[in-house]
Amino acid sequence: MSDTLAPPRRPGTSGGRTTPRGSFALRLFGERLSLLVRPRTLVVCLALTLLSALVLVVSVSVGDYAIPLRAVPGAIAGYGERLDVFFVQGVRLPRALTAIGVGAALGIAGAVFQSLSRNALGSPDIIGFTSGAATGAVTVILVFGAGRVAVSLGAIAGGLLTAAVVYLLAMKNGVQGYRLVLVGIGVSAMLGSVRDYLLTRAELTDAMGAQIWMIGSLNGRGWGEVAAVWVCLALLGPVLLAQGKRLRFMELGEDTARGLGVSTQATQLTVLAVASALTGAAIAVAGPIGFIALAAPQLARRLTRTGGTTLVGSALMGAALLVVADLVAQRALAPVQLPAGVVTAVIGGSYLIWLLYTEWRGGRA
Amino acid sequence: MALRAPTLTRPTPTRRVIRPIGLLTALGALAVCALLSVTVGTKPIPVADVWASLTAYDGSYDHDVIRSLRVPRTVIGVFVGAALGLAGALMQALTRNPLAEPGILGVNSGAAAAVVIAVIAFGAGGAAYVWPAFVGAALAAVAVYALGSRGRASATPVRLALAGTALTVVLQGLIHGAFVLNEFVFDRIRFWQVGSLTGRDIDVLWQVAPFLVTGVVLTLCLGPSLNAVALGDDLAATLGANIPLIRAATAVAVILLCGAATAAAGPIWFVGLVVPHAARVITGPDQRWLLPYAAVLGAVLLTAADILGRVVLPSSELEVGIVTAFVGAPLFIALVRSRRMAQL
Repeated sequence: MSDTLAPPRRPGTSGGRTTPRGSFALRLFGERLSLLVRPRTLVVCLALTLLSALVLVVSVSVGDYAIPLRAVPGAIAGYGERLDVFFVQGVRLPRALTAIGVGAALGIAGAVFQSLSRNALGSPDIIGFTSGAATGAVTVILVFGAGRVAVSLGAIAGGLLTAAVVYLLAMKNGVQGYRLVLVGIGVSAMLGSVRDYLLTRAELTDAMGAQIWMIGSLNGRGWGEVAAVWVCLALLGPVLLAQGKRLRFMELGEDTARGLGVSTQATQLTVLAVASALTGAAIAVAGPIGFIALAAPQLARRLTRTGGTTLVGSALMGAALLVVADLVAQRALAPVQLPAGVVTAVIGGSYLIWLLYTEWRGGRA
Repeated sequence: MALRAPTLTRPTPTRRVIRPIGLLTALGALAVCALLSVTVGTKPIPVADVWASLTAYDGSYDHDVIRSLRVPRTVIGVFVGAALGLAGALMQALTRNPLAEPGILGVNSGAAAAVVIAVIAFGAGGAAYVWPAFVGAALAAVAVYALGSRGRASATPVRLALAGTALTVVLQGLIHGAFVLNEFVFDRIRFWQVGSLTGRDIDVLWQVAPFLVTGVVLTLCLGPSLNAVALGDDLAATLGANIPLIRAATAVAVILLCGAATAAAGPIWFVGLVVPHAARVITGPDQRWLLPYAAVLGAVLLTAADILGRVVLPSSELEVGIVTAFVGAPLFIALVRSRRMAQL
């Protein structure tokens, strides 16, 4: 594991403390529900929620048809000028809500993947899930010419299949972080050539449509997509949150976790399945938007300064990241609408470079 | 760089016999592949006609196909394959990294991004891809190596692969942005980015030939010096090797070879990875033998892949870049799983 990215260890904090400084336990219902609350985490989570809400309002108001900020709350509720209401309720609000939902789903799923592989690079982007989903979707679009639902199903099937193949290929006396990543790179390269092949065999318009789908975009997402992604979040998110403590134990190593009474295999399988389903839902709705799943958990961890993964923080961070990225994608080159995936790839990739740069600066092998 | 090769171990007698025979066999295989490449295709043309088209051109359709399509394609395939094989061997020697390869290390994406910029800026096509591909390949190679070798520890395989992937992600994002903004660019690049020898004009070869030849000659001169580098920087310096000069020369050769190959055929993955490993099985670690082997085997692999791509589908052709990806990726994964990698 020497070459993988260890969780950041800042000077001044010792890694082995069990009760984090500056936290207190919240006990409810007579000890039946107890939560360890760290004010810093709380503040960060609140700030991220506020940021998302703020950007939501801004992205509803700006556009080629600008709506004054003070008219936004009314238009959301359905009052005001008819055109305002149409743009807000029909176009911009569902788009922003989809962005938040997809971002949250990717953020929390990324946190789970990274936690399970104990590796910052164990995100669905690197281990081939995203690449597989893109290949599945492009196959459905270009070979079968099927509609949106089929494309989404194709993406989910492709992603799950690829992730499973990568996982199996990386398995050799257990799955080691770096091997998972490298096998993912190899399989992704192979799938990339399949996509390139399909793109050259299609008519330009079809190929362009497939290409844009592959980049991942929130253009024209409506209430159907909002419902899909938020229902998935509401159903699957709590399952992951309930397993959060066990995940944190498992980050200490499987043996330790087992010693602490965690049934590691059952936990692993449950959270892996649920996180995969969430990633699949996000991709089905918005296409394979890259690097939210990679960056959100890492950023959340750095901001909250927790040693382990924070699921809630990662979800909120993912939501904030994607809603901001989508706003940038809409307005950066207006009136041209970039797909949000372009912005997340450039920002996320730069972040990855920075991450590698700083992790390696200290000369840690 | 005029350095006597310090060989770690005296080659075993069998290897001393096998090396020249193996190289001759490989050259024979290359000749067979080249011949097949000229004769096999949607319309099979007998060898006699091929010969006639070259010696006594009569302007018939078959002769035209041979002279204007199949011969250029074959020649470009041989050159590109040799360049990629050499580039991979050089990169692996320079970085002491079994996973080093133009695709994995982000050189291909660098070239692709630069080509996209050129298409946007000048509407360039065909032979005009050469210079941008060079610049892009060079910049990406330098960036990845700089990022991967940061810190006290030297550039480990995993680091370089990760640095290459990170750079690829950013460049892909930018390329995709350009696609969305400009459909014309997408239409051009989607055919180029597959990596293909189809429809390449012989002019492209003339454009890249000077760089290719320089790169090949430089590489073959580097063999003894790279043997010294393989012993480790300290020992090599003790032996009188000028390490910075060797590294710089190797890097220049890599950029010349990768840039020329990518400019001629588009980004092709895994040839640079597979070929040196195959060559090493026969030659052992001696770079003076490894490099010529890598060149010949690279040419054999690429022409063979091109022929395979022509016959594997009943109705249409499969681009050579796709065939090599399907041959190379499994080997990459096998390497990653192997015991040797586990210790790196």
